[in-house]
Amino acid sequence: MAEMTVIEAIRSTLAEELTSDDRTFILGEDVEAGGVFRATEGLAARFPGRVIDSPLAESSIIGISIGAAHYGMRPIAEIQFADFIHAGFDQLCSEASRWSYRTKGDSWLPMVVRTPWGGGVHGGQHHSQSIEAYYCHMPGIKVVAPSFPADYRSLLRAAIEDPNPVLFLEHKRTYRLIKQDVDDAPAETRLGRSRITRRGNDLTIYAYGLMLHESLAAADTLAGEGIDCTVVDLLTLNPLDKETVLEAAKMTGKVLIVHEDTLTGGFGGELAALIAEHAFEYLDAPIRRVAGPDIPAMPFHHAMEGFFMPNRDKIAAAARDLAAY
Amino acid sequence: MAAVRTRRDRSQTRIDDYLLSEAQLEEMYYHMLLARRLNERMLALNRQGRAPFVIAGAGQEAAQVGAAMALKKGIDYVAPYYRDLGVNLVFGMDAREAMLNLLAKRDDPNAFGRQMPSHWGNRERHVVTQSSVVATQLLHAVGIALAAKMRNDPIVVLASCGEGSTSRGDFHEALNFAGIHKLPVIFYIENNGYAITERTDKEMAIEHVADRARAYGIHGAVVDGMDAIRVYQTVAPAVAETRGGGGPYLIEAKCYRLWAHSSDDDDSRYRTKQELEEWARKDPIKLFRERVESDRIFPPEDLDEIEQRVDDEVKEAAQWAASQPDPAPEDALGFVYKEL
Repeated sequence: MAEMTVIEAIRSTLAEELTSDDRTFILGEDVEAGGVFRATEGLAARFPGRVIDSPLAESSIIGISIGAAHYGMRPIAEIQFADFIHAGFDQLCSEASRWSYRTKGDSWLPMVVRTPWGGGVHGGQHHSQSIEAYYCHMPGIKVVAPSFPADYRSLLRAAIEDPNPVLFLEHKRTYRLIKQDVDDAPAETRLGRSRITRRGNDLTIYAYGLMLHESLAAADTLAGEGIDCTVVDLLTLNPLDKETVLEAAKMTGKVLIVHEDTLTGGFGGELAALIAEHAFEYLDAPIRRVAGPDIPAMPFHHAMEGFFMPNRDKIAAAARDLAAY
Repeated sequence: MAAVRTRRDRSQTRIDDYLLSEAQLEEMYYHMLLARRLNERMLALNRQGRAPFVIAGAGQEAAQVGAAMALKKGIDYVAPYYRDLGVNLVFGMDAREAMLNLLAKRDDPNAFGRQMPSHWGNRERHVVTQSSVVATQLLHAVGIALAAKMRNDPIVVLASCGEGSTSRGDFHEALNFAGIHKLPVIFYIENNGYAITERTDKEMAIEHVADRARAYGIHGAVVDGMDAIRVYQTVAPAVAETRGGGGPYLIEAKCYRLWAHSSDDDDSRYRTKQELEEWARKDPIKLFRERVESDRIFPPEDLDEIEQRVDDEVKEAAQWAASQPDPAPEDALGFVYKEL
């Protein structure tokens, strides 16, 4: 039995990929010393010359990875906090996402950008952000946001082996919080698939990252009250597994979407639209969303941070309302 | 009438003052002239309403062709920018393809109608695909050079852009990283005096872009970009040095944008006729011909023959490309993701 935390799952997978494919290398800030979250700890010594410290310049981390991927390498870039990826937005939006499209597949980019996202660590405005909505609005980039260690392992491997740019989102609050026996657990090996993690007849909750765990905790509580929830672990946000999303909505007819990101323009809007367009006749209630409030970013003080973040109690409260509708 | 010597007859021996052979000089003239004549035909097609947009490199042919000829075709990489028709011609593009690209035809191998004209890219030829965003390609060039260094491949990457692009952060990030890792990259700046309407004194407080090389611990050089031979003589040794591990170069070719920014721009708003006339006297193609004629490298008939060949090729290419199929509307779909 191999019980692993999320960070151990990531570190072990990076080591395995560096071992099995000599085209892989890691580029990012502080990665030679192991990175601020220790995701790359020990790798620089094991793989000399293939774990490369970058200057403090995010556009270069992504732009250089693009060039290396074009040449045939499989760069694994690390952006230290998702909040700082915006300096590389242009390289992802104007370049990476269009590389295959604008050459009609003549050129392509097998590259991964890993980055820790999400709140709950007293990270304030610039170490807590959810960035997925920006990149899910970018056809050409795949966006992956796992929740459990076994999926982190299998999907990180799939991301590295994929011939396209993949933004691999790692919820930093779960790095050491979530443990799992990765040998026995189910592991999704394909990008673009979601998983129905829990089945119940009363309503369906969609979530990813830390909020998936909070949703499962809420579902446990609700089960004791006689409300049975289906919980969907989205895993890949773009391209979205529309089939599973719709199947899960049709199963219960009541939909609750949960994300940490602020409400307006958040990924939940797209999910809601998809379900409203294609499963309208199955719905028994208006679609509900639990999300961060529409303020610019997560405040630092723990009281305000707690106010910002959805959690199991807020999810359960919304679910009770929805179940009673 | 004197017998016209064919290309096969040209000597491959280096001429001392030139560091180039007769065959190379002919190639140089041919590519510069082809770039200019193609651009002229493109603008004519635009004015006739047959081509929606033209962005050209007139005045920069010597800078482009001289530099590209210093590289090893098929081995080295170029990450060009939208004025670099001359670079692309040296790297294997022909007149027909240039016209397919202008007209955004279905079979344009650069972008298949999916990008504006002059956004080149061809994986097999080692021409890196580019967007309209300036200076991003400098980082791609650095990434290619990093990868090549990791694999011990003895290649050089030449990334080019205008001086206006050097204001962007990606320029600085690229030079910084390449300097730290001593990568085999040539950052090649075609300083044509203008960033659309802005003169260089609105873009930088220094006279030479190349002065910035010192700040990144890399080599810098300035060359007369209106002189193709001088350009070649400057870039070729830099290429050899960086290939041998000597670290990156920042080379600034001083040239001039003889035409407006694009077919949509009116340059009479921001520069004088007198200025244009002064620079037209230094037209790089005219200068080249004068030099090789006065040095009696080729008889004038030979140069005339090249001109005729170029004119014929351009005319034929424009006619041929016009008859090629357009993309179907639904060709907008597909290849969002690469499938292997």
